Amino acid sequence: MASFGTLSEKLNHVFNKIKARGRLTELEIKMAMREIRIALLEADVNFTVVKDFVSTVAEKSVGEKVLKSLTPGQQVIKIVQEELIQLLGGTAAKLEVASKPPTVYMMVGLQGAGKTTMCGKLALMLKNQGKKPLLAACDIYRPAAINQLKVVGKTVGAEVFENGTAKPHKTAAEAVKHAAKNGFDTVIIDTAGRLHINFELMDELSDIKCATAPDEILLTVDAMTGQDAVIVAKSFNDKIGITGVILTKLDGDTRGGAALSIRAVTGKPIKLSGIGEKMGDLEPFHPDRIASRILGMGDVLTLIEKAEHAVTEEEAIKMEKKLRENNFTLSDFLKQFEQLKKMGNMADILGMIPGANKLKLSERDLDEGRIKRYKAIIQSMTPEEREKPEIIKGSRRKRISLGSGTTIQEVNQLLNQFEQTKLVMKNMKNNKFGKRMPF
Amino acid sequence: MGLFSKIKNGLKKTKEALGYRLNKLFTGGVLNDEFYQELEDILLSADIGATATEEILDSLKDVVDKKHIRTSDKVRGELRDLMIDILEANLPDEYEYPLVIMLTGVNGVGKTTAIGKLAHKFKKAGKSVTIAAADTFRAAASDQLTVWAERAGVRIIKHAEGADPGAVVYDAVASMKSKNTDVLLIDTAGRLHNKKNLMNELEKISRIVGREFPLAMRQNYIVLDATTGQNAVAQVEIFDEAIAVDGIILTKLDGTAKGGVVLAISSVLQVPVVYVGVGEGIEDLEDFDAEEFVAGIMD
Repeated sequence: MASFGTLSEKLNHVFNKIKARGRLTELEIKMAMREIRIALLEADVNFTVVKDFVSTVAEKSVGEKVLKSLTPGQQVIKIVQEELIQLLGGTAAKLEVASKPPTVYMMVGLQGAGKTTMCGKLALMLKNQGKKPLLAACDIYRPAAINQLKVVGKTVGAEVFENGTAKPHKTAAEAVKHAAKNGFDTVIIDTAGRLHINFELMDELSDIKCATAPDEILLTVDAMTGQDAVIVAKSFNDKIGITGVILTKLDGDTRGGAALSIRAVTGKPIKLSGIGEKMGDLEPFHPDRIASRILGMGDVLTLIEKAEHAVTEEEAIKMEKKLRENNFTLSDFLKQFEQLKKMGNMADILGMIPGANKLKLSERDLDEGRIKRYKAIIQSMTPEEREKPEIIKGSRRKRISLGSGTTIQEVNQLLNQFEQTKLVMKNMKNNKFGKRMPF
Repeated sequence: MGLFSKIKNGLKKTKEALGYRLNKLFTGGVLNDEFYQELEDILLSADIGATATEEILDSLKDVVDKKHIRTSDKVRGELRDLMIDILEANLPDEYEYPLVIMLTGVNGVGKTTAIGKLAHKFKKAGKSVTIAAADTFRAAASDQLTVWAERAGVRIIKHAEGADPGAVVYDAVASMKSKNTDVLLIDTAGRLHNKKNLMNELEKISRIVGREFPLAMRQNYIVLDATTGQNAVAQVEIFDEAIAVDGIILTKLDGTAKGGVVLAISSVLQVPVVYVGVGEGIEDLEDFDAEEFVAGIMD
């Protein structure tokens, strides 16, 4: 990926000289602001938002506190992050629920933003909360859109209400009636994607809105959208009046600067974000985390949360004990792989680790196929070998590679990596990562 | 004024058409910092990106110095030429038949639609066309493609949902050879470029075509959404690494987005833009014209 390096690194570089002198020159502040500006622009934050943002940060950065601090680079980063979080709405916003069911969520957005898939993800999330959602197919234009929604509905186990190519607002109204009659507590309306310049379709959306009085009108936006994001969000908001935003395709290396721009221009909160291709990949939107992302600082909080999901406390305590007593074995190594896998896609996990860019740890180094092979190798070992890898010499290596269908080089690789991991673990044990590690 | 309302005010400006702002800018005033600042804002708002914008401005200042240009009205033409030069630095290959075109790209950029339009284009030019529905992943993707194939009046080879895309392509190539078809268009599943397995699958499809039909000319195109921001650069880079991208199809240029990110791409990578999608109809796919494109950003 095009790695821009983290803003934190760049700022530290700019500010490094100051430490000795203890004060910022005008030029240094100017250089720092330029780095902040580029970081935000490369994250696709709207350029006018960037401009005002940078001038605000500049004002705060010349303050007494920064000047006297020992780490001006970190201080400025802190200011940037705080301002970003504030601009993004501060805290996570929840979806509205109607006092009298059914609750109606209307999904709107441009073509290809991922609306239909998002309908499925939302339905699954509601189902997992114990709700009974109904999907309403109101995209009658795109070839096979109704079919796609049906397949999505089947995948997540939600009923789909459709009425062929009847007028969308009529179908929507009937869907709400159908829901009320048959005990569905939520209706999710999938609408046709559009280029917002298409007034005819905008009118159609207004009709659906009038016919169903939705509790939420959620604009689905592709996180990869560039400067156009503000124009899109603004026109949807002006024409139909959105209540919130869902950001899709936030997995991978997208910084998601569009989120900042949209929030700034509409004042409407970002409520959810889609973070993967699987139906379960939908998360509440956390402003503090996206701020870290925009700045290329990783997302440690989500990482920890994922780890907590994947690893029970008991396991963690056990592992910690093993580490402390320094008898971490290959069996534990295998267990780690499995836990890591439970946490999700390797690339996403890597993206959350601060500085992972710098380490040049690409997915190629940690791809799923390799992990599978490592598992096979460990599983081809005898229990004794797993406990005492040092006994694995030439003939054992050969047997293991044959048994696991890998090469001797790969067996060696695994053993090396195990030794390295052991070393890293030993070092980590005593340092700032705290007493208990998640894995 | 709070930061929030300040930004809201600032954004009013974005609403003004870029062309209007450029016209105002190029009315013949002096070339001061303010002029360059405004020009920079305009380029940035067209998604040209921080780095490429800086490069363009630097080159522009050079030209202005060299040619002793003093007023802004003379700058417009220079800027236009500069951008056209960047875009025309790489030109697409001339087609030879039989031809196999594979379309790739991230999810939701309009690959399937682009295939339909391409099929129509070749058919109109008197070529026989077959479509391979190798997106077996997205729900109902092959249904959507079948509708397009019918509209264009061309053959389509498809398997059941969830089938091996490699097998679809294998069958399609076999059918192409036996029927002496001129053009094979391969639709692939949308994938985020950071998913290793999916990228491997693309490599596999590409290998199958190379192995089964070494005589055919092959072109791999990446489809980019004109609304995409700077992430598009990373997309092209990584797809290029996996399958060697020969060209870009820029879709959804009929919205308000200018697709300026292709300038950012052209200044980093040697990948030409081949086609642009300009509407929802089957006819709405045009050969890329750098002059027209730049005019779209500037006028």
